[in-house]
Amino acid sequence: MHHLNVSSSEQGVPLPRDTEPFNEMLNADGSVREPYLVLSEWIGSQPLPALKTMTIEAENLFRRLGITFAVYGSSEATERLIPFDVIPRVISAAEWRRLSKGIEQRVRAINAFLYDIYHRQEIIRAGRIPAELILQNEAFCPQMMGHDPVRGIYSHIIGVDIVRVGPDDFYVLEDNLRTPSGVSYMLEDREAMMNLAPDLFRQLRVAPVETYPENLRRTLESVAPAGRERSPAIAVLTPGIHNSAYFEHSFLADQMGAQLCEGTDLIVDDGIVYMRTTQGPQRVDVIYRRIDDDYLDPLTFKPESLLGVPGLFDAYRAGNVTLVNAPGTGIADDKAVYTYVPQIIEFYLGERPILNNVPTYNCTKEDERAYVLEHLDELVVKEVHGSGGYGMMVGPAASKKMRKDFAERIKARPGNYIVQPTLALSTCPTFVKSGIAPRHVDLRPFVLVGDLIRITPGGLTRVALKSGSLVVNSSQGGGTKDTWVLED
Amino acid sequence: MMLGRTGRNLFWLSRYIERAENVARLIEAGYRMALMNAQAGTSSEDLVSMMQALSVEALFFEKFEMADLRAVAQFMIFDEDNPSSIKSCLRHARTNARTERTALTTDMWESINGSWLEFIQMRPNQSSEKYLPDLLTWVKKASHQWRGALLGTVLRSEGFAYGQLGNFVERADNTARILDMKYYVLLPRATMVGGELDIQQWALILRATSAYRSYRHVYHDRFKAWNIADYLILRPEMPRSLIFCTRWVQETLDMLTSFHGGRSKAHEVADEMSAMLEGSDMDQIFRTGLHEFLTEFIGRNYALTEAIGESYGFY
Repeated sequence: MHHLNVSSSEQGVPLPRDTEPFNEMLNADGSVREPYLVLSEWIGSQPLPALKTMTIEAENLFRRLGITFAVYGSSEATERLIPFDVIPRVISAAEWRRLSKGIEQRVRAINAFLYDIYHRQEIIRAGRIPAELILQNEAFCPQMMGHDPVRGIYSHIIGVDIVRVGPDDFYVLEDNLRTPSGVSYMLEDREAMMNLAPDLFRQLRVAPVETYPENLRRTLESVAPAGRERSPAIAVLTPGIHNSAYFEHSFLADQMGAQLCEGTDLIVDDGIVYMRTTQGPQRVDVIYRRIDDDYLDPLTFKPESLLGVPGLFDAYRAGNVTLVNAPGTGIADDKAVYTYVPQIIEFYLGERPILNNVPTYNCTKEDERAYVLEHLDELVVKEVHGSGGYGMMVGPAASKKMRKDFAERIKARPGNYIVQPTLALSTCPTFVKSGIAPRHVDLRPFVLVGDLIRITPGGLTRVALKSGSLVVNSSQGGGTKDTWVLED
Repeated sequence: MMLGRTGRNLFWLSRYIERAENVARLIEAGYRMALMNAQAGTSSEDLVSMMQALSVEALFFEKFEMADLRAVAQFMIFDEDNPSSIKSCLRHARTNARTERTALTTDMWESINGSWLEFIQMRPNQSSEKYLPDLLTWVKKASHQWRGALLGTVLRSEGFAYGQLGNFVERADNTARILDMKYYVLLPRATMVGGELDIQQWALILRATSAYRSYRHVYHDRFKAWNIADYLILRPEMPRSLIFCTRWVQETLDMLTSFHGGRSKAHEVADEMSAMLEGSDMDQIFRTGLHEFLTEFIGRNYALTEAIGESYGFY
């Protein structure tokens, strides 16, 4: 079995010290890896106070622009900045080619899978995935059965979470097929870096990320319902100003020239969706929704939802409006279904997966369960339908009592948990209080699926700022870095 | 294309910033009066009437026993229970701006967001009143900066029009209320020469409407009640006068017809307000009764807000 020290981006763990994590800048002998040659020299030439000044400048910029995320509770402190690290992360052109090929393969297969699941369910008939795993899954949306979304695409906007554990070892942790966030940080981090270190951009050829909003618009236009004479009217549907990602919603609407709407700004009349404008109702063709499935339409889903639009789902099913992403995409990024993605790729594309899944133990199988219960102190246990770090145990960091508790839970409901080894996330040089030190990172590249599959080079790098910590989540003090894909 | 909700928020965003500026002027004027006429730790009539003009005096006396400068300044600047305090105005303005971020230019957003962030970090020593002049100047500057960003960068489209409407509806309301709070010192009397106290009261009105120096440029005369009322009601060159605001509202509504293809109910209400002012003179207004005139104007201005909301689908 794998003997890796890694973790999901959701874990808060001291790293077991039996292997050195992969350092993206330095080889074991202290020499600098090729993609980092220029950057490493630059870092060496920056006095620490200069880096400190850059950090403050960047923070002032972010605060002025209002790039904040909401923290619920106190009043003035309700808007906080995500810490920004002024040292970028570098990925070589060759590394990126392989990564992006792997990502493209994955999103192609997943969309094929979603189409199948909501139509003939060949993959279940073929016995490649258990029927109950799909049909009894909370993320499965029976209302979607038989519906044909434009171009057959369900998940148009995807943020794949990837961790690296070696020079050529990349693992996909999660596919995030519903409403992934963070793309505004990717764009603003780049803006900040271009202001702070223009000299570096002159020395290196860094692939641009600023095409994202235009590509997002093209993607959304390409999936508008057919037969419109004018260019499609696009709305971004947000839960509102109190949502932690509100900045991103308004930023994206602004950048691609779409209308930012809350549920109350939209009405459905006779199966057609309209915005309530100063000049009366105006028809909407495509909705990039940043509201979860359950809250989209109180008539179809949660009746108590105040965020959604009554009648929206029927308008969608009638083909009068496109919802991006489609309802029901969550079935493909459910933690239990995740373990089948390699089979999904082989089933629909007839290809070997390019990117690894994190090896996962299935506790319903007796031998694997026995292994898990023996080795809980080195493994990560995740509740199948949980997210955001809830219902999760990280063995190396857990108390004896907690491990015992989880052992009982696994025995009682083995199908409710998946178990994975603790992976050692790679590290990048990071500016911290004590100077420059390696810190663990993950990567979330952003993918757009429409008339084409468009992957922005790089993505959002999240970094755990505490020494040894594997927690990169912003809600737990993680920061972000600009991510540079070098061009050949 | 603009959401009715966005129209409403832009209208109120402008109103709140204008109100913050007017409240700052009012406190500034009240501050001078209180320094001259009231002992520290005693109640000031001028400060009470100032709060009356803003309809917040009842709320004040629920929280404080005595209207001395320190308590009033605290209440009018920092107290968020007071819907007209400067902090409440700035918070509302900034929340509206954040909600309608996509309808603002970067310069507008940075102006309002920057002002808010600065304001909430201010920790003046409130054990004395010394901080007041600086802080009030800061508030006016923040408002000027906002207006500058707006006029210099925003597209002359629908959104601009709603902001302008909010701005001038609010300003007219403020000017009318300030006049009404002191209307009795403006009434014509047997003796046309005011006493010391009258002069101070007149100065208060002029300062609160940013008209103290410009009065001389227009009238080349000593302070006269008649002139002061004329200046703030009927003078079209005075940017805070009722007639100036009303003309600007009409002009803005005319601009909106190019987006909406016709006159709206708001036009009718604005025309009625205009009819009260155009071709009128102070003689007529004093005969109707200054207080009655102002009360009617304030009522129509309120109706104008309602009509704007109705005509342009605010919700």
